[in-house]
Amino acid sequence: MAYSDKVIQHYENPQNVGTLDKEDPSVGTGLVGAPACGDVMRLQIRVSDDGVIEDAKFKTFGCGSAIASSSLATEWIKGKNIDEAATIKNSQIAEELNLPPVKIHCSVLAEDAIKSAIEDFKKKRAARQALQGDAAPAATAEEARG
Amino acid sequence: MALKFPIYMDYHATTPVDPRVVDAMLPYFTEHFGNAASRTHRYGWEAESVVDDARDTVASLIGAESSKEIVFTSGATESDNLAIKGVAEYYQTRGNHIITTQIEHKAVLDSCKRLEKQGFSVTYLPVGKDGRLDPDDVRRALTDKTILVSVMLANNEVGTIQPIAEIGKLTREKGVLLHCDAVQGIGKTPFDVKAMNVDLASLTAHKIYGPKGVGALYVRRSKPRVRLVAQMDGGGHERGMRSGTLNVPGIVGFAKACQLLKDEGAAEAERIRGLRDNLHQAILRELDMVVLNGHPEHRLPGNLNLSFSFVEGEGLMMAIKDVAVSSGSACTSASLEPSYVLRSMGLDEDLAHSSIRFGLGRFTTQEEVDYVAKLVVSKVKRLRDMSPLYEMYKEGVDLKSIEWAAH
Repeated sequence: MAYSDKVIQHYENPQNVGTLDKEDPSVGTGLVGAPACGDVMRLQIRVSDDGVIEDAKFKTFGCGSAIASSSLATEWIKGKNIDEAATIKNSQIAEELNLPPVKIHCSVLAEDAIKSAIEDFKKKRAARQALQGDAAPAATAEEARG
Repeated sequence: MALKFPIYMDYHATTPVDPRVVDAMLPYFTEHFGNAASRTHRYGWEAESVVDDARDTVASLIGAESSKEIVFTSGATESDNLAIKGVAEYYQTRGNHIITTQIEHKAVLDSCKRLEKQGFSVTYLPVGKDGRLDPDDVRRALTDKTILVSVMLANNEVGTIQPIAEIGKLTREKGVLLHCDAVQGIGKTPFDVKAMNVDLASLTAHKIYGPKGVGALYVRRSKPRVRLVAQMDGGGHERGMRSGTLNVPGIVGFAKACQLLKDEGAAEAERIRGLRDNLHQAILRELDMVVLNGHPEHRLPGNLNLSFSFVEGEGLMMAIKDVAVSSGSACTSASLEPSYVLRSMGLDEDLAHSSIRFGLGRFTTQEEVDYVAKLVVSKVKRLRDMSPLYEMYKEGVDLKSIEWAAH
């Protein structure tokens, strides 16, 4: 299979490979895919108090397109508000990387990974707020929007 | 000598034509271009005579009784089709049951599937974790309706060599015909149709440093005399079993390739086995969690099929694009299914996705092996650093305990 130049670029120089501390309350972790299907993506975000993704890291078990999709996803969500990041569609990733039809599932997985990481972060934040017993007004408003 | 890239390690897929084979073939394109079926002039006689010599050479490589037992075809796919469908059609009044294995080449499996649609019943025997068929499974599967057993000599993915002699003993006792797709094993592991009681055998030239588009089917002529229904109608060439003008240059090349294997095959197998073992050891010295797929001893000398745990096969192939190899990973096939051979062996699907097949051959050098080993080690390390599964494994997480969302 021939790869697009963009896939090769990301594959050879992947951005944001690494691990964030999943126990950190400001970190959300998404783990999607399955080893039996040939791809697993773990995407992590560190979110500031005002809901901005300050850092994003990934690790991926998969083909070149899966690795490129995750690398691109982390690049795109960095600096974005979590609500904005959650609107990224797999079709945008597929288009940017010129993925052939047989590789579209890689971009779907990347979208799922972003959503899953944001969801994990929100869950943690909600649990923390419930524990504190006084939800911060800003966060509540954001939750309502999301 | 400078390395030539990409380094070819896919000798199970095809082989380059040996220059000595090319030299033997060349005059038969231009100077001696006759049709072997032309009986009226010297062009035809010359062609016929050289084809007869080629028949002798091919017959002698596999221990056939007579050169008349060799039917030239366009390759192993045609040979497999002719053997299975031709026998089924001829012997259908005697029985309708065929036994084969789950890891045969598609030419065998799909021929059997077509016969199933026509009312034949086919048993697809599973193989063990090491890829080897248990002859007792064949014994148990045989019924009084069985007319044919088809088992490959060596598997194209994992290189496992099957116990053909033991199976041949069973089929001969039962009076059932044995077909062997010998494409991958010929000249690399002992194969003798007489000693092994093989009744039909498929061969092809392009896996043994001969040209593409030419092969043969061995059809036993005595004890028992095997009959089959031709699948190609026409001029009645090849004693009525395969019509079509003979590919004379191809057949000359095929015979030359067989001759070279007969003269040099045993020594060559030892040399290639040494290189293969060097590659394996060099990789094992540097990497943990590398699984050898297939049988450790009963395997083709040039075959090394490894699963690099926590690394996906296609991703790895992209990283080692300076080396031409193949993978059992789903991503390399249009179907998105990992290799049916590895799955039939009971290999976990994640390991099937992580498999790479290295195929070494006549022109592989130690220098190439050193280069490939170094490259593979460094790229696997890099990809493992990027793999969430490797990190989890290092943290002691049991990956099987996780509920993965299949997609």
